[in-house]
Amino acid sequence: MKFGIIVFPGSNCDRDMATVTQGILKTPTRMVWHQETDISDIDIIVIPGGFSYGDYLRCGAIARFSPVMDSIINHAQQGKYVLGICNGFQVLTEVGLLPGALIRNRDLHFICDRVSVRVERNDLPWTSGYTTQQVVRFPIAHGEGRYYADQDTLKALEDNQQVVFRYCSETGEINSENNPNGSLDNIAGIINQQGNVLGMMPHPERASDASIGGTDGKAMFESLLAVNLVSC
Amino acid sequence: MANQYHACIYITLRPSVLDPAGVAVESGLKQMGYEGVAGVRIGKYIELQLNATDEADANKQLDEMCDRLLANPVIENYCFEISQLVT
Repeated sequence: MKFGIIVFPGSNCDRDMATVTQGILKTPTRMVWHQETDISDIDIIVIPGGFSYGDYLRCGAIARFSPVMDSIINHAQQGKYVLGICNGFQVLTEVGLLPGALIRNRDLHFICDRVSVRVERNDLPWTSGYTTQQVVRFPIAHGEGRYYADQDTLKALEDNQQVVFRYCSETGEINSENNPNGSLDNIAGIINQQGNVLGMMPHPERASDASIGGTDGKAMFESLLAVNLVSC
Repeated sequence: MANQYHACIYITLRPSVLDPAGVAVESGLKQMGYEGVAGVRIGKYIELQLNATDEADANKQLDEMCDRLLANPVIENYCFEISQLVT
């Protein structure tokens, strides 16, 4: 098992991510510069948070055309894992690997906080380490994290159970008071139909070390490794 | 022979997308006394010059640029005006 972390000019969560995969989980990890095109040695691609290419025009819009992106699309089409966190989620929607878009927060503020998030299903390689409907605490840090999709797309997402994480109250209720950015249906993270591409605005990699305030995110990476160890 | 064109591109949020910045500006205008103001929506304006064989070619290139990069069709609409530059 090997993680590959994509580094764009402006990425700033790439090293946090490597600290988790390599430092905490002791799993081989390679930093992949955005101009590389051979990522065939990688099992799990992570597109980290940050401000790729300054987020000029729209978040993730220019990263979409970087040289590594065709290889990432190919990696996903082979059924291999792709995880996009925060800016990575924005990139995945821009490139079309996930439906919808992330737009300016409802209240216009950049939000840096810890929020409650409900795990909607645990029958996925991403979430087998959680219980269904488990409420976890993840940091969020974004100005443009309001999930938007047209009604048909939203209905398809719900019908196919593609919503993996939703913002919620501490006791797991889904309501507008506990929707920090105004995302439709309180959506914090979704998968593609095949389930191998996950995009999420919260930062599980910033919740993987007790010394910085929580380990709720670590279970996500451990889930992924456990599933893959079995299949290898 | 290539002609040079100037394009003015207007990118607007689709009507179904909430524009909180537009709402905030509308509220500001109302506080200034412009009480009849409604429907404020904030978009983007992009200018560029391009080479094209004729107007149809320029339109085609601009449609592609907008569809592929300048606008995100999930949330935005676009339109543009072009004029030929005299060289």
